[in-house]
Amino acid sequence: MDRITLGHGSGGRQMHKLIDSLFLKAFSNPILNQKRDSAVLNIGNKKIAFTTDSYVVDPIFFPGGDIGSLAIYGTVNDLSVCGARALYISVGAVIEEGLDGSVLERIVRSMAEAAKKAGVRIVTGDTKVVEKGSCDRIFINTSGIGEVYYEGLSTDKIAPGDSVIVSGPVGDHAISVLSKREGIEFGTIVRSDSAPLDKLIWKVLRSSKKVRFMRDPTRGGLATTLNEIALGAKSGIAIEERDVPVRPPVRQACELLGLDPLYLACEGRVIIIAAKEDGPRILKTLGADKAGRGAKIIGSVTGDRSARVYLNTIAGGKRIIDMLSGEQLPRIC
Amino acid sequence: MKYIDEFRSRALTSRLISRIRSVADEGREYRYMEVCGTHTMAIFKYGLRELLPRNIRLISGPGCPVCVTPLEYLDRAIAIAGLPKVIITTFGDMLRVPGSSSTLENERAGGKHIKVVYSTDDALDIANRNTDKEVVFLGVGFETTVPTVAASIMSAAKQGIHNYSVLCAHKTMPEALGVIMAHRDARIDGFLLPGHVSAITGMKPYGFLAKRYGAGCVAAGFEPVDMLQAILMLMEQKRPIVEVQYKRIVDPLGNRLARKAIEKVFEKSSSEWRGIGKLKNSGLRIRKEFSRFDASLKFRVKTVRPREDKSCICGAVLKGIKTPVDCKLFGKKCTPADPVGSCMVSSEGTCAAYYKYGRR
Amino acid sequence: MCLAIPMKVVKIDGDQGMVAAGGLTRKANFILMKDIKPGDYVLLHAGFAIAKVKPEEARQTIKLIREL
Repeated sequence: MDRITLGHGSGGRQMHKLIDSLFLKAFSNPILNQKRDSAVLNIGNKKIAFTTDSYVVDPIFFPGGDIGSLAIYGTVNDLSVCGARALYISVGAVIEEGLDGSVLERIVRSMAEAAKKAGVRIVTGDTKVVEKGSCDRIFINTSGIGEVYYEGLSTDKIAPGDSVIVSGPVGDHAISVLSKREGIEFGTIVRSDSAPLDKLIWKVLRSSKKVRFMRDPTRGGLATTLNEIALGAKSGIAIEERDVPVRPPVRQACELLGLDPLYLACEGRVIIIAAKEDGPRILKTLGADKAGRGAKIIGSVTGDRSARVYLNTIAGGKRIIDMLSGEQLPRIC
Repeated sequence: MKYIDEFRSRALTSRLISRIRSVADEGREYRYMEVCGTHTMAIFKYGLRELLPRNIRLISGPGCPVCVTPLEYLDRAIAIAGLPKVIITTFGDMLRVPGSSSTLENERAGGKHIKVVYSTDDALDIANRNTDKEVVFLGVGFETTVPTVAASIMSAAKQGIHNYSVLCAHKTMPEALGVIMAHRDARIDGFLLPGHVSAITGMKPYGFLAKRYGAGCVAAGFEPVDMLQAILMLMEQKRPIVEVQYKRIVDPLGNRLARKAIEKVFEKSSSEWRGIGKLKNSGLRIRKEFSRFDASLKFRVKTVRPREDKSCICGAVLKGIKTPVDCKLFGKKCTPADPVGSCMVSSEGTCAAYYKYGRR
Repeated sequence: MCLAIPMKVVKIDGDQGMVAAGGLTRKANFILMKDIKPGDYVLLHAGFAIAKVKPEEARQTIKLIREL
């Protein structure tokens, strides 16, 4: 096997290939093979959701968050999108020798605050310190356990005509992290959208019995996540470019840097696939919550067997959106 | 976004499409070459091919600087990256271009100091902040980019910076277009000229395409309205002429200051175009007065004679004679994740664009 | 590679300055341009201003297409 490159971690095609051909192959079992954001386990007579994620974002402090709050919210969201109430989190920190004590304090306090906000308890953890140069200041892994309260979310349930909904503008997180690195200043600061979605999702699932599937578009962005959903549903998805919400400074930054907002990571957004008739109600529920402001219905499930994602462009043309290939941005999550 | 959004308006693109359809003579084919990688991408991005009548063919040309950079240049850059205390600075596009046996990305994964920059000013910054290291900038690009590199060398000279140099692979556009027209298999009715290159060069260098080869030329912007209007202008030309669609940016006389910077630092030379061959007066090299900023002189490295995959038809694709789908390797052995030829490697390469936008 | 976008000049001092668009600001190098003043729109490529946007031409282009 060739050297591992940054492309393998970017959330796109290479990463999927690595996961499928190496990890999935070696660890294979029916639960893992479903490749859900959280594994849903039957323990006794309860359905428990279990997930894990590692956070290596650079810079560790960015407008709208830090590696600590990101680590908590990210895992809470992975549980929430599987219809589970997030309950318990574990924290594993790998710290680089020489890290300023006050920096660590700040991160830990941020995690405590985030846990409180998301209504979860950090019940176990681990700390390691490695030699200078062995990791970039701090890497954090969080695992989470939740109790499933809305069963049956699955790409199998997705049907032709279903609406594709995004809970808010895309790309804010990626751009907020990137801005520090690329030396772009924002007159109006672009803040990461990193946020806990547990309450928002609970409201949505309470408002509709016909939500088929949800996923949060992190690495690889909206385009990659829609491709994953299309593959899982074995159906095409068509979206309208003019309906995809993108905030003006994010749009500008993309033009400037040659980035495509469809591929930029979010950390506080969810994609919801639901029956068409419930679309307007779900939209209303989202819009009523601060975390769901700017939500839009962006397209629909076509029902063709192509498993591809189509974009109707603002110019009136049409094109296929593929999964991210290679690396668009390093270490933004 | 001012001066961008208005030129993406569906109301305007529909008007242009209707007009194009009514003007098009159904009995003939219109073959227009778009030369700039950014145009190639934009056409796909906005789905323009699907909007245009079938008898208007947009053919991609060799205006992707990464695609036409020879293997040997990559090998040289990689070899220099391996020297002690060297920091390679480059535009992002070069990172995944395969050399004979590796890529800059791979080398970076292996520990070499390779940094992606957005501007040569960033490269100079890095040189100033790392005076114990040698900073080498990979100078790849056409006339839009060359002035910024020239400016960096002039700035380094003025500031007395000793640890900055450029590995130059810059090329110029007009000569390559002449070569394409001179080819016996060429069937090009006109050119969509690159709007930003034209903003620098002005329109004079392209006159020969119309006069000698009868190819109409229109300097086009990069928004869908720009490209469609340029196509319409080509179709409505009564005889082959050179004109400007991108009037809000392109001055027919170009940017004299920028050209002066280019002429001060660089001189014309012959240049190797991957897939096309060596073309006279199609490239630039650093003048003797600035030779201390020439990385090819500063660093002596050995490179192996590069071998190209024989099944790769990038050359024909770059000349517009074949399309990616004609290639045996396309989508199979050659993909963006595992590129064989240069057309697939660059994010603006014809093959990469075809692959990304689903034309299999 | 020919990536360049129109941005408004907010500050210019000799060859250096700042440009802005959509709430985003960035430093810009004006060494390749002359006669630029705050309020002008320039094309920014790789951190350098390389051309001035002509608002009247932009208007005319749109007008022409509207009248097709």
